[in-house]
Amino acid sequence: MKRLPLLLLSGLAVAAMAACGGKKPETTPAPQAANADSLAEAERLRADSIARAEREARQREEAERERQRRIADSLAALGKSTEAVRALLATMTHFDYDKAVIRAGDAAVLDQKVAILQANPGLRIRISGHCDERGSDEYNLALGNRRATAAKQYLVSHGIDASRIETVSYGEERPIAQGHDEAAWAQNRRDEFEILSGGENLKQP
Amino acid sequence: MTAVWRSGGLAVGVSAVLLTAGPPVRLTAQDTSAIDRGVRIGIIYRPGVRPGMVMLPVHAPALDSVRAIMTRDLDYSDRFELITLPGGDSIRVTAVAPGARPPSAGGAGRGTAGGAAAAASTLNYPLYQALGADFAVAVTTIAGDSTIVAVHDVAAGGVRREFRAHLPALKDPGFRLAVHQLTDRVLEAALGVGGTAATRVLFVMEGKVYTIDQDGADQKLVSSSDHQAMSPAWAGDGRRFAYMEFWEGHGRLFVQEVVSGKRAPVATTGQALDFTPAFSPDGKTLAFSRATEEGTDLYTVNFKEGCCLQRLTVGRFYDNLSPTYSPDGQRIAFVSTRPGLPQIYVMAADGTDQQLFAPFDYGATGSSNAPEWSPDGQTVAFHRDVGGTLQVFVLDVRTRAVRQLTSVGRNEDPTWAPDSRHMAFVSDRSGYRQLWIIDVETGRIRPLLQKSGARLPAWSPRLPETASSTP
Repeated sequence: MKRLPLLLLSGLAVAAMAACGGKKPETTPAPQAANADSLAEAERLRADSIARAEREARQREEAERERQRRIADSLAALGKSTEAVRALLATMTHFDYDKAVIRAGDAAVLDQKVAILQANPGLRIRISGHCDERGSDEYNLALGNRRATAAKQYLVSHGIDASRIETVSYGEERPIAQGHDEAAWAQNRRDEFEILSGGENLKQP
Repeated sequence: MTAVWRSGGLAVGVSAVLLTAGPPVRLTAQDTSAIDRGVRIGIIYRPGVRPGMVMLPVHAPALDSVRAIMTRDLDYSDRFELITLPGGDSIRVTAVAPGARPPSAGGAGRGTAGGAAAAASTLNYPLYQALGADFAVAVTTIAGDSTIVAVHDVAAGGVRREFRAHLPALKDPGFRLAVHQLTDRVLEAALGVGGTAATRVLFVMEGKVYTIDQDGADQKLVSSSDHQAMSPAWAGDGRRFAYMEFWEGHGRLFVQEVVSGKRAPVATTGQALDFTPAFSPDGKTLAFSRATEEGTDLYTVNFKEGCCLQRLTVGRFYDNLSPTYSPDGQRIAFVSTRPGLPQIYVMAADGTDQQLFAPFDYGATGSSNAPEWSPDGQTVAFHRDVGGTLQVFVLDVRTRAVRQLTSVGRNEDPTWAPDSRHMAFVSDRSGYRQLWIIDVETGRIRPLLQKSGARLPAWSPRLPETASSTP
């Protein structure tokens, strides 16, 4: 839109020149306020450079903050992974009454433990076998031992070094459910998995 | 007095005739002990017919608790009909003048000097006979420190035996055991059988080992550690016992002395799960179960030397546990899962000649566990799953016949008294699990401890005198 008056002006000038008989008028360009302009330019440049410097500083700070946030995030992620792996590892397996056979559904639970043990070669665990209150108190120690051993044998047969797994039995001496019905008994017929060593930082399998 | 003896003899004679005339009744015992005056007297009884027993009132109030404890012991022996005197226990016999001693008691009163002791032998025998008493027990004291117990044979009209003891003070921890030992001497004098009054029962409650007198008194904590304990077992001399404790990742055996309370771990038990200890009758060897990744098997160890670990069974694909020695030490009964579920087996003490002990119907009979060989060697008690609950059974060692003893509620973990006639066990017949005692001959049952959660009882042998100094 600014161009339009200029074009009009130049059009008028051409017409005037033509009217004046074709002689190019000697025009001296109006003296430019060169000094003032350069000062302003310099001023402008200086302001620009300050702004740029400030902007760059801000960016550097931003980058630093970002970097630190990323470090923190990754640490948190590592912690989350350890927690998650620990939770997976602690998942219990359960048994039928007076049986020490790994249930089909529990094989998947044990497969997870195989993967975790493979991903974390420094990890050592203890498996404890437990029973419900219905059987004989002392026989249940032998039965709990069978249950712990059954889980260990599964892990070892899937490639885990036997020396990384201890077993123990508590019979019916340490119930987690206190009731006297099938719901409680089913919870108490179980293997528990606890970390003996190497569980500080655990990798996801 | 002579007339009384005659009539007594006649009565016995008549009853004997009646017995032989009727359907064949087996006379299981006949006490024909001689008494001092050379008169022989026979008492005929059948199972279930118990001789009458009177605990005579005491002269000194200090003896009230002695009399009370002995009366209860005699009742709990299940061998007498205890007779309450007319007027109850509150009456007191007035002391008889020393000179009034009749000549009939001359021999019986030997060695007694004091007036009270002499008075004890001047009983109105016809009166007590009329009350149905066969025996009368008098407890007297001389000069306050020596207690005299006289066992009167009422029908014979004389003192059968008399003995004295220095009882500890009433508040002394050994007092009750000393009184229980007097009861056992009365039983021995009257019937010639060993009693069970001076015994205790170990048991587990809330992971700790406790002891309690067989009459339900004097419960004490005996395991000192914070570790969860199981399976207490007495040594044959009654001076020590073994038990198991859960330690970090394994089970450890300990042997503890009764009097001092000192305990020591059994040396060769290591990082495995060791449980159900059992002393050999000679007290030298400890048999136990050890659970490893190979399964559970039986071992023995010389616990004194801490050496010579021996493996008795090699199960591999089945478990062997819960050993119990025969009283001659030659055999061990135990639990084996080789039939697919636990049943009672037996072997020589060195592990050879393993065979089924308590017969069972394959596929029909439930799991059988917790065997304990009776002190007389004739039976093995155990519990068996019957229709989803546990019942106490008794195996006849000679005939291998199995008899079910209980049927009400869940009944488990039987343990024999030294008389091989009484048995403590765990039952929920009252609504919660607690300790009970059954007289196997009469079927009479009484609670030993009315507290929930008491289990795994172990009945002691007859306790030695020194056990009375238990703190």
